[in-house]
Amino acid sequence: MALLVLAEHDNATLKPATQNSVAAARKIGEKADTSEIHVLVIGHQAVPVAEAAARIEGVAKVILADEVELGPQTAEILTAQVLLQLQAEHYSHLLAPATTYGKNVLPRIAAKLDVQQISGIIDVLSPSTFVRPIYAGNALATVESIAGAIIVLTVLSTGFDASPLRETSAPIESAKELAKDSAGVRLVGRQLASSDKIELTAARVVVSGGRGLQKAENFQLLEALAAKLNAAVGASRAAVDAGFVPNDYQVGQTGKIVAPELYIAVGISGAIQHLAGMRDSKVIVAINKDPDAPIFQVADYGLVGDALEILPQLTAQL
Amino acid sequence: MKLLVPIKRVVDFTVKVRVKPDGSGVDLENVKMSMNPFDEIAVEEAIRLKERGLANEIIVVSLGPAACQETLRTALAMGADRAVLVETDAELEPLAVAKLLKQIVAKEEPQLVILGKQAIDDDSNQTGQMLAALLDWPQGTFASKLEIAEGKATVTREIDGGLETLELPLPAVITTDLRLNEPRYTSLPNIIKAKKRPLDTLKISDLQTDIAPRSKTQKVGAPQPRKAGIRVNSVEELVTKLREEAKVI
Ligand SMILES: Cc1cc2nc3c(=O)[nH]c(=O)nc-3n(C[C@H](O)[C@H](O)[C@H](O)COP(=O)(O)OP(=O)(O)OC[C@H]3O[C@@H](n4cnc5c(N)ncnc54)[C@H](O)[C@@H]3O)c2cc1C
Ligand SMILES: Nc1ncnc2c1ncn2[C@@H]1O[C@H](COP(=O)(O)O)[C@@H](O)[C@H]1O
Repeated sequence: MALLVLAEHDNATLKPATQNSVAAARKIGEKADTSEIHVLVIGHQAVPVAEAAARIEGVAKVILADEVELGPQTAEILTAQVLLQLQAEHYSHLLAPATTYGKNVLPRIAAKLDVQQISGIIDVLSPSTFVRPIYAGNALATVESIAGAIIVLTVLSTGFDASPLRETSAPIESAKELAKDSAGVRLVGRQLASSDKIELTAARVVVSGGRGLQKAENFQLLEALAAKLNAAVGASRAAVDAGFVPNDYQVGQTGKIVAPELYIAVGISGAIQHLAGMRDSKVIVAINKDPDAPIFQVADYGLVGDALEILPQLTAQL
Repeated sequence: MKLLVPIKRVVDFTVKVRVKPDGSGVDLENVKMSMNPFDEIAVEEAIRLKERGLANEIIVVSLGPAACQETLRTALAMGADRAVLVETDAELEPLAVAKLLKQIVAKEEPQLVILGKQAIDDDSNQTGQMLAALLDWPQGTFASKLEIAEGKATVTREIDGGLETLELPLPAVITTDLRLNEPRYTSLPNIIKAKKRPLDTLKISDLQTDIAPRSKTQKVGAPQPRKAGIRVNSVEELVTKLREEAKVI
């Protein structure tokens, strides 16, 4: 039996989180008697995605299900296609990134298989035992899958270093059967930020702003710092709710979980829910005018002061 | 149209839980409990649909210990019409919750089930998607906007990269994200009125479904604590530390 990883992509490019899910599959494979990894790419005109997936180290085969109806990648049609693949071949594990993509579809598949999914794993202890954060990362649960024909997992990218891309490619096969039933769901449209933005979960440096930045325009100070550091820009929930930045900037328990080499939190108080999204960063810097802000309790370097004055100085000195 | 809103009683979001030294779980003695914040958003959305004349009855349901009555009363005070408690002291996995909810859906026949996207205790983010699968209904997860018209739900979803809008035929399952609405506060007169609203209690055995666990929590541990950091006094000092000590820039 092999392991199946569902690729995340937008029909044009493969999302890097897929490489972290492959890394998790490899770690499971090392502990199991099977280590063959297949990647399933479901979409429309997604050949470049399949080609990229075929180059991920550790991947033995890519299955491409390519058809106009699959283009919108709704949970309903993805579920139908994954179930076809699980019928076509036998798999011990099904994995996908714990991003909004994987979180949306994988539980739907798990329920169809009568399996309890294990969400957001950060470590593999045995082929059926995994570690995952609960309570906003204030506790780590060791969970064993004890029943079910297959183990279904979503993978937090912070737990597994991306499996690299190699020169050679694994073979790409076409799916034998294609799903048709989208349960009547219609994609009306997507409003996406420009794709040249550095991906938060893959960035080496993240600079995040909170309510302390006071207004949307002040995020430009943060953007300038980010440009100097080649960093991704994140935010607290309060900054998103205030409309300073779009929703997908949110770092935290219910947003994105990041663990970069360097995380700079500016004007962020450090609520439990925010810490959940960044506390595993290697080095944390906090800039806040309140010396008692809880963010300082997790910061390696704390600087007390007005962010609006500090940010331009910091950018200038880099 | 009937609306069903499943609500979970969880540790209040302001509480920083502690792991029990024996590794059996987190310490919930004397800890403040509240309605899961995403479920408050779900209740609020249901009430707004009713206020707009798009729904006529809101049923809230909770699965858990007797104390969940309090959570259900809060939802009634917000404006739900009727409550159902499926009383159990057993730990329920999201799959089991979804299966039990499916039975309730079969009884109540709502056109829309609105759940939170995630319970802030187990952080699973599964139940709504699982319920949709078991019912074979379409799903609109992580909703930041919801419109109902002509037998269809139009849902704007928060996704990585931005927003996505889907049109779903009803009946459907929706899960809420933070930006969907701001839940109202309950007023004293409404809390008093809510005491008269019906709250029925069921046992798990009334719902006849297989909820045998499919996973087992072996141990709950504390994460690595971070070592204490230092304060720097100037931007110059910060830059020097990051360059020479941390070597991250
Ligand atoms: C269900 C739920 C889920 C949540 N999920 C998340 C999540 O995923 N991510 C998240 O971040 N939050 C989340 N939250 C919200 C969280 O509880 C906090 O409310 C939020 O993180 C606060 O954001 P903030 O630190 O920007 O704002 P505040 O707490 O208002 O802090 C602003 C900080 O800025 C400082 N400040 C003000 N002016 C300046 C200045 N000029 N210079 C420097 N510093 C200044 C202040 O001293 C203060 O510390 C969630 C909450 C709930 C209930
Ligand atoms: N025990 C429960 N009782 C009622 N609703 C629940 C229960 N568990 C989960 N839910 C619902 O499912 C949502 C998602 O929970 P979860 O999948 O556990 O993250 C919650 O926001 C609730 O709406």
